Amino acid sequence: MNAELGQADTGTDPVLEAKDLVKHFPIQRGIVVKRTVGHVQAVDGVDLKLHPGRTLGVVGESGCGKSTLAKLLVGLETPTSGSIKLEGREIGNLSARRMRPFRRDVQLVFQDPYTSLNPRLTVGDIVGEPFEIHPEAVPKRGRAGEVKELLDMVGLSPDHINRYPHQFSGGQRQRIGIARALALRPKVLVCDEPVSALDVSIQGQVINLLQRLQDELGLAYVFIAHDLSVVRHIADEVAVMYLGKVVERGTGPEIYDHPRHPYTQALLSAVPVPDPDLRGHREEIVLQGDVPSPIDPPSGCRFRTRCWKATDRCAEEVPSLAVGDRGTHPTACFYAEERDVTHAVK
Amino acid sequence: MSELTAPVPTTERQASLWSDAFRTMRRRPDVIIATLVLLLVFAMAAFPRLFTDKDPTQCLGREARLRPDTWFTGDHPLGTDAFGCDFAATLVHGTRPTIALALSVIVASVVIGLVLGIYAGYYGGWLDSVISRALDVFVVIPMLMGAILILSLFRGRVSTESLVETIAAPAIALTLFGWMEFCRYTRAATLETKNLDYVIAAKCLGASDRRIMFKHILPNAIVPVTAVVPTTIGGIIVTESALAVLGIGVQPPATSWGVLLSDGTEWAGGGYVYLFAWPLGLLILTVFAFATFGDALRDALDPKLR
Repeated sequence: MNAELGQADTGTDPVLEAKDLVKHFPIQRGIVVKRTVGHVQAVDGVDLKLHPGRTLGVVGESGCGKSTLAKLLVGLETPTSGSIKLEGREIGNLSARRMRPFRRDVQLVFQDPYTSLNPRLTVGDIVGEPFEIHPEAVPKRGRAGEVKELLDMVGLSPDHINRYPHQFSGGQRQRIGIARALALRPKVLVCDEPVSALDVSIQGQVINLLQRLQDELGLAYVFIAHDLSVVRHIADEVAVMYLGKVVERGTGPEIYDHPRHPYTQALLSAVPVPDPDLRGHREEIVLQGDVPSPIDPPSGCRFRTRCWKATDRCAEEVPSLAVGDRGTHPTACFYAEERDVTHAVK
Repeated sequence: MSELTAPVPTTERQASLWSDAFRTMRRRPDVIIATLVLLLVFAMAAFPRLFTDKDPTQCLGREARLRPDTWFTGDHPLGTDAFGCDFAATLVHGTRPTIALALSVIVASVVIGLVLGIYAGYYGGWLDSVISRALDVFVVIPMLMGAILILSLFRGRVSTESLVETIAAPAIALTLFGWMEFCRYTRAATLETKNLDYVIAAKCLGASDRRIMFKHILPNAIVPVTAVVPTTIGGIIVTESALAVLGIGVQPPATSWGVLLSDGTEWAGGGYVYLFAWPLGLLILTVFAFATFGDALRDALDPKLR
């Protein structure tokens, strides 16, 4: 996978860059003597480039390695191989202690606002905790004011500082989580399905909040989701993942209006049609079978077991993202071809 | 965006698990009675002079074994014991070693159990294996047998000069065989909590292991532990008595309820049942109060039972 994500270059240096990122989790057996019997290949050779103020959307079904990718990017997991660079400095292989100063720059927003806040701490303690961990960030005297400012920034009343998380709704809790992530003024926010646990109406509010914060603070987002329409709304670029690999990537219109990889096409064709009159007037691709196990992924192209175009070549050769490019956008398929699956016509 | 904030009045009560539990327990009559009994016992331990003006060490041989025929009045409201000491004073002054022993054992056991449990659960790996196997070993040795073995080592070498020296040996023995339950509860709660999102969020912010363990995990682990504490105190008091009856717990001339029980059994058959019945009654009442309190506390702290 040599082609790099982020072709729509803004002319600036990327704030976060990952090259050939691999994360394999060993599966161990045995009681006294542990031996490794295999590896879960959660993330297998992912490249990405994220520019300041831009949003990279990552989509894919559950189990495709999206969340592992998020954990790698924020430094919660150490990569098996490959590099992660933050503003040009390598952070992928740092020890926990040397990683500390860099933690301020990349923060994570969680999926479930009900488990991501400690139920025994007040909102003030939760949002103020980053300052206790990094005392050099804000002098002790200014912390209370800073916490109030953060709450105000995410649209919560600063008076709620002494409340407990359970006194808030899901959307408000997610705002608290965002305020905590913003406390140290990070440059990159990795959002791991930040709205999928919320009601649709609340999803819109949180998405708008994230966009406003991006404009105000110049944040770069890695936005992970399985909801394609949400990603389309917020992302400048989209990467589609399948079984630990990026299969296609490009700008929003390139992916949504001109998908070239069979998997992307199948994924897009599963999005419901909002207009009841047009229902049934769009091509639908129903994939056969299940996602193969990441412990023993198929040889060659990982999608070949469910692909209607698969040939012998797909089993022998691993398609790179450049293979299906042909002057449009990176697609990891030997038989990449545009197919309209999003527009229903009567 | 302030219109999106919670429309909750600022006067709303700060509901938390503990205050809810307190509110539930306050309404139960059995808890109120148990609390009153415990307060009485603690008061006896802390201020014995409030309950008796006699010195338990001032004994007159000619007044030995006076039955409490006067019923709570007269010179010796509960009669006198085999050596002619005022029995009410002996009973009241015997409360302090009993309660001090129970409390020191429970505090030490909880601290040891919490620390070992949280380290085992959080770090896992070989540390967990070592602690868990050690725990298994202590669990399979019956507490009484273990305590007998340990206390045999101290036998005859214990002075009874001060409270600390009186209770030190049984306290060490009982703690050694009492920490496992708390360790197990804490380890389980730690395993449950350590992969929750808010712990991962703290890690992501760069929090140290110690901060995560004691600020984020411990407050959650302490709930199941608290629920078993009162019941365990009751158990410790009973075991202390058993050790005293066997002659290896608190050593006479120091007194505890167990020592009194032990002495009382010698005379109960000869018509001096009160020497046996009073310490036994007090013991049963106290253990019962601790058990009732513990039971109610466990119910109140378990959200599923509400």
